[in-house]
Amino acid sequence: MSRFAIPLAVFIVLVAFLAIGLGHDPRTVPSPLINKPAPDFRLTQLHEPTKSFTAQEMRGQVWLLNVWASWCVSCRDEHPLLVELARSRAVPVYGLNYKDKREDALAWLTEFGNPYLLSATDTDGRIGINYGVYGVPETYLIDRDGVIRYKQVGPITPGILQDKILPLVKDLSK
Amino acid sequence: MKRVAFQLLLLCLGFMALSAQIAAQEAKPVADDPELEKRVMNLSQELRCLVCQNETLADSRADLAVDLRREIREQMKAGQSDKEIIAFLTARYGQFILYRPPMGPTTYLLWFGPFVLLVIGLGFLHRYLKQRRELISQEPLSPEERRRAEELLKVAPAKEAV
Repeated sequence: MSRFAIPLAVFIVLVAFLAIGLGHDPRTVPSPLINKPAPDFRLTQLHEPTKSFTAQEMRGQVWLLNVWASWCVSCRDEHPLLVELARSRAVPVYGLNYKDKREDALAWLTEFGNPYLLSATDTDGRIGINYGVYGVPETYLIDRDGVIRYKQVGPITPGILQDKILPLVKDLSK
Repeated sequence: MKRVAFQLLLLCLGFMALSAQIAAQEAKPVADDPELEKRVMNLSQELRCLVCQNETLADSRADLAVDLRREIREQMKAGQSDKEIIAFLTARYGQFILYRPPMGPTTYLLWFGPFVLLVIGLGFLHRYLKQRRELISQEPLSPEERRRAEELLKVAPAKEAV
């Protein structure tokens, strides 16, 4: 019996490690920007290119910055949830239209609905780099002082919205 | 008929050669300054492409990798040192972007784990070999054992011959 005890223990440890490894999503990389000030930007607005939008002017509000693009397939999965969230008015949702063509982006919003109070256009992806964007869609929850409190890489799911984002919004809005 | 087929084949080969040439012309140097480009590529070798994860920024053809190389190129042109650029990128993408993980409390296990496992393995090997050595008895064979051994040795070659 004791002959098998050690190999069995080693095997169990190995399986445990592999099981934990399988549970991890390798695409989510911890962001160093959590609890750091959101990088400021001045970008033109998607719908009104003569006007600009800055992160600075959102001071005093808890808001969501959702990075999206018309070429991004997972954005389509996420979109109905964002539309619903915008309708509930639980938190203002702003868009960062990432590396997109203006006409494609506008057509996309016409087709699927526009959840954003406004979208800023990051045509060459520079602001994306400042925010550490590597997989669209990404969503940042920014507090009144302009500090990033939460980052979601990949589509927001109803579970994440209910369990993480909305409770945080409630907390931060106090 | 055969001849026509042969001519067709030649024509196809000709087109293939032509298209290969066209493809070859596409690869133009990215920057006007080869010295700078070399520096960009050297630094990119040290950085991870976050989209493909197992590729360096230098090897990756992902959109983000192209953008990040552009960012590095521009910062180098602005006179930033490699260290400053790495600090810029890790502030945004975290240490994961470094292909060689830095030595630190969170990475001690990663750096020293294999050596710890090696020492444990050597310990087990040592114990095993010691046990084996103890199993080899030093006692000489008794006359009875010697007779049986000889008998067995005699029988074996005869069996082989059959």
